[in-house]
Amino acid sequence: MDAVATAAALVFQPYVMLVILLSAVYGLFVGAIPGLTATMATALLVPVTFFMAPIPAVAAIVTATAMAIFSGDIPSALLRMPGTPASAAYTDEAYLLTRKGQAEVALGAGLVFSVLGGIFGVLVLCVAAPALAEVALNFSSFEYFWLVMLGFTCAIFIAGNDPVKGLVSLLLGLLISVVGLENPAGAPRYTFGSPELMGGIDLIPLMIGMFAVSEILRYAVVVAKPPKITERPFGNVFAGMWTLVKKYPMALLRGSALGTLVGALPGAGADIAAWMAYAVSKRFSKEPEKFGTGHVEGIVEAGAANNSALGGAWIPALVFGIPGDSITAIAIGVLYLKGMNPGPTLFVNNPQNIYAVFIVFLLAQILMLPLGWMAIKVAKRILSIPANVLMPLILLFCIVGSFAINNSSFGIVVTLLAGILGFCMERWGFPIAPTILGVVLGTMLEQHFFSSLIKADGNFLVFFERPIAGTLGAVCLAVWLWPLGRSLLRRGRAKQR
Amino acid sequence: MQRTDRWVGLGLATLALAVLWTARAFPQVPGQKLGAAFLPMIIGAGLLLCALALIVRSLRAGAYPAQAAERPAEHFGSALVIIGAVIAYLLLAERIGFLFIAPLCLMAVFLALRVRWRSALWWSLGGTLVVHLAFYKLLRVPLPWGPLTPFY
Repeated sequence: MDAVATAAALVFQPYVMLVILLSAVYGLFVGAIPGLTATMATALLVPVTFFMAPIPAVAAIVTATAMAIFSGDIPSALLRMPGTPASAAYTDEAYLLTRKGQAEVALGAGLVFSVLGGIFGVLVLCVAAPALAEVALNFSSFEYFWLVMLGFTCAIFIAGNDPVKGLVSLLLGLLISVVGLENPAGAPRYTFGSPELMGGIDLIPLMIGMFAVSEILRYAVVVAKPPKITERPFGNVFAGMWTLVKKYPMALLRGSALGTLVGALPGAGADIAAWMAYAVSKRFSKEPEKFGTGHVEGIVEAGAANNSALGGAWIPALVFGIPGDSITAIAIGVLYLKGMNPGPTLFVNNPQNIYAVFIVFLLAQILMLPLGWMAIKVAKRILSIPANVLMPLILLFCIVGSFAINNSSFGIVVTLLAGILGFCMERWGFPIAPTILGVVLGTMLEQHFFSSLIKADGNFLVFFERPIAGTLGAVCLAVWLWPLGRSLLRRGRAKQR
Repeated sequence: MQRTDRWVGLGLATLALAVLWTARAFPQVPGQKLGAAFLPMIIGAGLLLCALALIVRSLRAGAYPAQAAERPAEHFGSALVIIGAVIAYLLLAERIGFLFIAPLCLMAVFLALRVRWRSALWWSLGGTLVVHLAFYKLLRVPLPWGPLTPFY
């Protein structure tokens, strides 16, 4: 209990509160502008959080992302343009509601169910993370090796619809991670004699490039026409929400649970959670025929799912140091920078820091209600800001931000190259999430593999001897061999016929 | 997508061969059978297999006429200006200082994105000053001063 009190004292300080408030406003703003994503919001925040103490730094990221995922719903409903990819699943539905003259319902459901889903995700995080950490304290390199492999497997098979391209993305990420001296032999790999590359490629400039610069390039190439917004003033967005909660309790619960689970799986985040929840909602709905005509049920379920995914993604991030989505991949980078190295020992040695993260998470969800309401009120103003004015300013911010991490121009080089790579990958249909996972986990994979190998002394079966490691390994192998088995099975059946 | 996959596959195969070729020189861990070359070798081999899969798949699909997807007009020139602006910043920031290079880069990108001259000028100057204030004054990032160094 002492730890909780210390955590509360860490959070409830004027400075931290101010950081939370400012990052909430920032998150709402970035999320509401189509083309600027929640991940981009996080990447752009990092250079600023670099200069903060650990708790406000994490608070800024947690608050900004929660707000951004909600406010992505605003342009969805008003312009039929998702503010962040997480709102894309139900953009048409929300816009059709607006066309029917029910913009308040679309926006209100987006807000209220984002908050409820978000709170669900946080509660699961608060319960599951410490319990998992307790188990993870006994993990050896074998368990970690298989956990990382399972993370890669999820990223390849869940995050994209093309496993070959997913695997290429992952391998590119791993290739980036092998640069530098940090390997079992301590030998320089792909450093080309450059002292800058000896320490490896810095995660933060890479993320700024992949998530912000690539987005700016994409905007420049495909210039969208400035959208028109309805002129009608909004009524009360909270009207009728209680009725919706009573009408769709199962959708809310199912969406939140699915979102938390998908969020916790590495490589898949809020956007995939929303797509899956929307599909599940239609499948189990009593009125599936109404989906796609401006029906609120899908918004309830998917809106809850994308915000609960945020909490879910922090579970593996805090307990194992394995990011649940791209946002936590950046957050893990920040945790390392702040000396708050994620892992089960963080729960034992510094529980107050963990509780502080939980408190911030809960605060962000609660704050979302009034601030989200205000954002809806000024939505028309936000949406009338021209993106072609914002993008160059964001570019300058990216340049200076990537320079600021090490006060070196090399960061800018990394950002630019990563931006071009991210742009090309997206264009050619390669998912970015597995690359990020490869970069973040490459060193961890190699370390745990080599220490496992030394313990195993040449006997590969030892990798499966411990019960948890064995189960994780078996699951991995099953997922990899499944496509092969399925095609063999089909051929066998075809022959029989 | 199918046709691009072919070229991307070729590019990836070249990268994979380069990775495999260079990885041979990485040293062993003393007393171990494997060394620093192990992970790069796996990556190289994996990339090579995926590249081949992409090429074979796109060649097989090539027999069928792909549907021409309607793409909106694209402006690659603007993207090149953005990349050029970052390269110009990299090359010139130390020499002419942040306060000179930043508005120039901003101006170029604003104009490439079709912002009007006058507002581009104001936004460039204002944006530079705000970023300078935030990063140099508040966060104490040593942004280069260039020829202004003796005066600040």
